[in-house]
Amino acid sequence: MIRIENVSKAFTMHLRGGARIAALEHVTLAVKAGECVVLRGPSGAGKSSLLKMLYGAYRCEAGRLIVRDRTDYVDVATASTRRILALRRTVLAYVSQFLRVIPRVAALDIVAEAARGEGAWAEDARRRAEAMLERVNLPARLWPLPPATFSGGEQQRVNIARGFVDWRPILLLDEPTASLDAVNRAAVVDLIRDKKRSGAAILGVFHDEDVRDAVADRFVDVAPVA
Amino acid sequence: MSDEAPLLIAEGLTKAYGSRLALENVSFSLYEGEALAVVGESGSGKTTLLNLLSGIVAPTAGKVAYRMRDLRTRDLQDLTEAERRFLMRTDWGFVRQDAREGLRMAVSAGANVGERLMGVGERSYGRIRNVALEWLDRVEIDRDRIDDAPTSFSGGMRQRLQLARNLVTSPRLVFLDEPTGGLDVSVQARLLDLLRALVADLGVAIVIVTHDLAVARLLSHRILVMRRGEVVETGLTDQVLDDPQDAYTQLLVSSVLQA
Amino acid sequence: MSARAAPTSGYNFAYLDEQTKRMIRRALLKAVAIPGYQVPFASREMPMPYGWGTGGVQVTAAILGEGDVLKVIDQGSDDTTNAVSIRKFFEKTAGVATTTHTAEATIIQTRHRIPETPLREGQTIVYQVPIPEPLRFLEPRETETRTMHALEEYGLMHVKLYEDIARHGHIATSYAYPVKVAGRYMMDPSPTPKFDNPKMNRSPTLQLFGAGREKRVYAVPPYTDVVSLDFEDHPFDPDPPAEPCALCGARGVYLDEIVLDDSGGRMFACSDTDFCESNRAKAGNS
Repeated sequence: MIRIENVSKAFTMHLRGGARIAALEHVTLAVKAGECVVLRGPSGAGKSSLLKMLYGAYRCEAGRLIVRDRTDYVDVATASTRRILALRRTVLAYVSQFLRVIPRVAALDIVAEAARGEGAWAEDARRRAEAMLERVNLPARLWPLPPATFSGGEQQRVNIARGFVDWRPILLLDEPTASLDAVNRAAVVDLIRDKKRSGAAILGVFHDEDVRDAVADRFVDVAPVA
Repeated sequence: MSDEAPLLIAEGLTKAYGSRLALENVSFSLYEGEALAVVGESGSGKTTLLNLLSGIVAPTAGKVAYRMRDLRTRDLQDLTEAERRFLMRTDWGFVRQDAREGLRMAVSAGANVGERLMGVGERSYGRIRNVALEWLDRVEIDRDRIDDAPTSFSGGMRQRLQLARNLVTSPRLVFLDEPTGGLDVSVQARLLDLLRALVADLGVAIVIVTHDLAVARLLSHRILVMRRGEVVETGLTDQVLDDPQDAYTQLLVSSVLQA
Repeated sequence: MSARAAPTSGYNFAYLDEQTKRMIRRALLKAVAIPGYQVPFASREMPMPYGWGTGGVQVTAAILGEGDVLKVIDQGSDDTTNAVSIRKFFEKTAGVATTTHTAEATIIQTRHRIPETPLREGQTIVYQVPIPEPLRFLEPRETETRTMHALEEYGLMHVKLYEDIARHGHIATSYAYPVKVAGRYMMDPSPTPKFDNPKMNRSPTLQLFGAGREKRVYAVPPYTDVVSLDFEDHPFDPDPPAEPCALCGARGVYLDEIVLDDSGGRMFACSDTDFCESNRAKAGNS
């Protein structure tokens, strides 16, 4: 499902006189359907960058980032904008540790919108959104409220619900349990296992060791660039 | 993925005013349902680009082509004025920064929304009024303001009325020129939310000119960063804003204050 | 009816010089060829101020011949100041026969009304028009209205009608009610009451319109479709008066309100004085 071949990444800070900061060097790994691969390594090692590059949120100038879209193999590093947008609609899901808050949109609507997927019925999407919010233990009284005033953990649960409610064959998880307590971390572990069973390929970064150990089939160590 | 042709194609668009190059060599393709943000500071050429794309101004070099409803892609400069005006009234929308330019201020809200329908031959008063009422609902304007002229509306209401007026004929492409300019923050939020929802619901393609990167991030899939008439960077909105490659883009992104 | 007489010397026939008449006739030909389209013409200075029918007078002067019989009415009446002045003007400068009887006239110049007596083939009616552009009050820019006519973009007029219905519950325009001519151009029928609009539709007469101050002429050839604008669910209503004429008893004709005294006494009588008199004469004879 995912094949990362010899990927390197560096940031050029033009505002700092063109200083070049290397984030990744020659990373190669693969993830199969139904498998959860966890990236390990110290902070700043470029793990998040790798996930973002797979999602197209970061540019990749060296190496190949191949994802499988049914019978097609697409290299995200060189794919057109249009192709990446299509991948995000049906193949790739990305869940980070921050919810980017949009004013005025209720938590339920955020998740329902994601549940709409490709031509789902609005009613159906709502029900699935509600079911997902229940699974992440978000109290029903919060559902009609925009998450701007939620606690970090509550926001993160909305974030997770949004990322998990619709089917994607590839999930990219970047510290999804960062602001969650033990109960909610367990709920996320459950969700991840369900996705694995359904055949999703998961590539994730988990700070929390319990979660890491509970979901990982394999570890890949990412060393910081010297 | 469907192999549909692009909806709007810009090729080598250039506009010179005398010896001053307002826009140089801009090219891109926009597909149905895509939202493109054009960001840049004053003098970047973004408004010039919008005027070229909508056929209001003719390019000095390059061309703009649009795929009409009959599926033929036509160069805008080849259209007769009648065709272009018809396009502007039916398949396209143009939301202006100053609502007074985009609305008929002396005429009621209902008439403002219904005008395009009347322009394409709708002859039932009852139907026109019903459609106008539905649209007022959608843009969150109180139904009983339908007979009021926009002179009595607030800035935010006027912009929402402009939206309704433009969207009533289900256009496939809408141009927006700094639609939130000059509005209070809470009013902006409402308008942006509405825009976001309508774009998603109607599947309309938009080209939005804005200097506000947050607006670009919220509304667009793709972004064009402009400086002094040139495109300095382009790509997926989140990619360009999160991982800017060009020096100017990096400057823009880092200049945005966090509330 | 006053017979032909020698015109006052020193004036060309019907006041205007022949070159001017030629220019106006050319404009009229173009107008007739494009029904409802406003043709610009070089409006001359006339011995009456703008607003007193200079356009109508120029059109009449251009088409008047020695054998014509001219009737001039103002608001349906032959004996208001305007009608009298203009009629005398042509008597003086052209020496043509004039009449107050619609049926006898070959040319009828009118301000703001169409005679009740049905007009025939061979007659010509000349309307005095203040503002020829039906869209003027909605769109002040001449550049824009010309483009709208050229591109047949008349949505704005329906906006105006919509506004009327929204505001008053019905289309409030009661005179100068916009019409579509020969299915193409939108036209202002001059400030005649909307009651008269149906008379313009497929009339056997040639209808000519002159606006002196605005320097435009337009025309509706005989048997041309003239359709009043409306909505399907608010169809055009000529709004005929409910009462008969107090003087001659005719029904379904346009009436004037005549104040009788200072205590609110009033009566309604035919606006078309010739029509009313003829009815009374006929009643008297029968």
